Amino acid sequence: MGARMNERVEVKKTYKLYINGAFPRSESGRTYELHAKDGTFIANPCLASRKDLRDAVVAARAAQSDWANATAYNRGQILYRIAEMMEGRIDQFAAEISLLDGTSTQDAEKEVYSAIDRWVWYAGWSDKLGSIAGSTNPVSGPFYNFTIPEALGVVGAFATESKSLLGLVDVLAPVIVSGNAVIALASTRAPLPAITFAEVIATSDLPKGICNILTGKKEELAPWYATHMDIDGLDISGIEDPSLVAEIKISGAQNLKRIHAFEGQPSPQRILAFMESKTIWHPIGV
Amino acid sequence: MTTFEYAPALESRSIVNINPAYGHFINGSFAEGKHHFPTLNPSNEEILSQIALGGSDDVDAAVDAARVAYESIWSKMSGRDRGKYLYRIARIMQERAREFAVLETLDNGKPIRESRDVDIPLAAAHFFYHAGWADKLDYAGLGRAPHPHGVAGQIIPWNFPLLMLSWKIAPALAAGNTVVLKPAETTSLTALLFAEVCQQAELPPGVVNIVTGNGQTGAALVNHPGIDKIAFTGSTEVGKAIARAIASTSIKATLELGGKAANIVFDDAPMDECVEGIVNGIFFNQGHVCCAGSRLLLQENIAEEVLAKLKVRMAKIQVGNPLDKNTDLGAINSREQLNKIQELSTVGDAEGAERWSPDCQLPATGYWFPPTIFTGVTQAHRIAQEEIFGPVLSVLTFRTPAEAIEKANNTPYGLSAGIWSEKGSRILWASQKLKAGVIWANTFNKFDPASPFGGYKESGWGREGGRHGLTAYLKAVDEDIKNGGENE
Repeated sequence: MGARMNERVEVKKTYKLYINGAFPRSESGRTYELHAKDGTFIANPCLASRKDLRDAVVAARAAQSDWANATAYNRGQILYRIAEMMEGRIDQFAAEISLLDGTSTQDAEKEVYSAIDRWVWYAGWSDKLGSIAGSTNPVSGPFYNFTIPEALGVVGAFATESKSLLGLVDVLAPVIVSGNAVIALASTRAPLPAITFAEVIATSDLPKGICNILTGKKEELAPWYATHMDIDGLDISGIEDPSLVAEIKISGAQNLKRIHAFEGQPSPQRILAFMESKTIWHPIGV
Repeated sequence: MTTFEYAPALESRSIVNINPAYGHFINGSFAEGKHHFPTLNPSNEEILSQIALGGSDDVDAAVDAARVAYESIWSKMSGRDRGKYLYRIARIMQERAREFAVLETLDNGKPIRESRDVDIPLAAAHFFYHAGWADKLDYAGLGRAPHPHGVAGQIIPWNFPLLMLSWKIAPALAAGNTVVLKPAETTSLTALLFAEVCQQAELPPGVVNIVTGNGQTGAALVNHPGIDKIAFTGSTEVGKAIARAIASTSIKATLELGGKAANIVFDDAPMDECVEGIVNGIFFNQGHVCCAGSRLLLQENIAEEVLAKLKVRMAKIQVGNPLDKNTDLGAINSREQLNKIQELSTVGDAEGAERWSPDCQLPATGYWFPPTIFTGVTQAHRIAQEEIFGPVLSVLTFRTPAEAIEKANNTPYGLSAGIWSEKGSRILWASQKLKAGVIWANTFNKFDPASPFGGYKESGWGREGGRHGLTAYLKAVDEDIKNGGENE
């Protein structure tokens, strides 16, 4: 596609990481080349390093408790705002998906619609989790006893490869709706929608540090996620290699990370997997 | 001034009949063990019986029996009928409660008052509670007709032998699993008496199997390819080893591990209740409690007053024969555990903390440690970080509520915490900030089958008790679809 006279020269986007509400390049200076199916060069996304991951964990930890302590109503509104922001970028997402996946624009649009609707669905869960997963417990004695679900803390998440946008949303929305902070690793094969999605996050009133998005190689970064002692849980839905799964679980045992993988439909179980139950007792008396 | 001493009030041990040796309980009957090891009464080192040392062949036989029982009977039985068996078990445990209590005290060393009033009634209550779940699994929150996992491998500790057995077996059976349970090496007797209860309840053979032994027996169970679900209560170290052992499988595990709970006393705390709560928090069951309130955090302006009252109260703790109904603090469960408590206490001395115990005469034989507090403890001290699992309390102070929370959460554990304050909003604020699975406010060490129990962080995975605990033994049906229906 040589530039011809009278045709505008396109301003191309630099695809960078999203850490602590900012768009840095990888501190390692590394990138990798992305090509379309026909071999055309598309972009040089960042190859995130262990240091980038560590920076993201620091940001996530710093931000997490305020997000968890925000009202459920507030968190729900912000997740809904993410859907609103995506709605205005349907064409952009669809173009990136079809460029990388080779799917028709129509199929790509369908994926975007599903991704947006999924945010709406999860947004509505924020103020219902306590009702369905909490309880008052009828103990044998003069005590008031109740159990509430609480966010786990800092969670690492690996987007699935098959759907470049939906596979990311599936591991982000259920993790952050409850009050966790997340460091997601985008699909290695098709990371562009993930970085565009970071631009959505940046304009959605989500506090900085709650949602961090890295691009790079799973086999390189997943072991660093697994050994990081300030990560509390991992959604490894996007890890397919069984030996890498086993390695992650073995390393993750060092601080007993909660490690889960999911397939299929969105479910409240995906939210609850990254929550803890806290039970509180108090005597009853005058 | 005259002081009145308590006259001994010994519970009779004639109600229990201990065999000279035991085998494993597999497929509804007792199988001969090939090798045996002694089990002691830790209060006087008397050998009570010889316990079978389970090898991998015993574990094989038990898992096979559990598999057959699962496939042919238990998974096909209606929830209503499963529930009836659990109700029967609960009733027989109640009928034989005194026998269980005396046996537990003999084998474990805990005061008869605690085995009689806490361990055994709660164990029976766990079966009664879960019996009612067996035909109501559709309402457990996992969608319609959730499935059991299959054969559960369960490993329990020595601190609450029968109670931990009931926490494991009752929900597993209610959900439709069959089990192979390994009791702790030093406390197998009440599990073997429970096997008799299963026989009296006419529980179908193979639904409950009990293989006694040591850590290697437990490892054989964890690594057995026929196990679908693991439940473990014990040390964090072993819990992590189990997590690694099952890393390349799809086995789900529930882990109830160690703790180093903070018991926080704010300056508006109800003083007398709080002193009782501190004593209960650390000296209940000789401090052999994973959720023990082993770090006392006192607000600085009331620290002296609380410590003075605590010392007066501690001087009244009756230490001695566990079968004496007046005894508050019994024997340490084993020589090994006593060594560990002594070692960490020596470290406390060496690191500069100040040790205090009331005058108390410890029996000449058996394993004993006096109720002990260390003051002047800082967060860097090992006795403020490591689980001692004995009657040893580390005392720290704080100035502001925020500092209390920071110190309380400054541990890799997150099992439990205590809060003492008369101010409701402060209690709820602190409850929200504490990273712990169980919070006792103006009380401590309370347990109930309806109340979920379990920890944050390195205190484990999952909950036991209540609806939350039950779900660990179930899987939503869509999980089966995801697995290609291979469990169908």
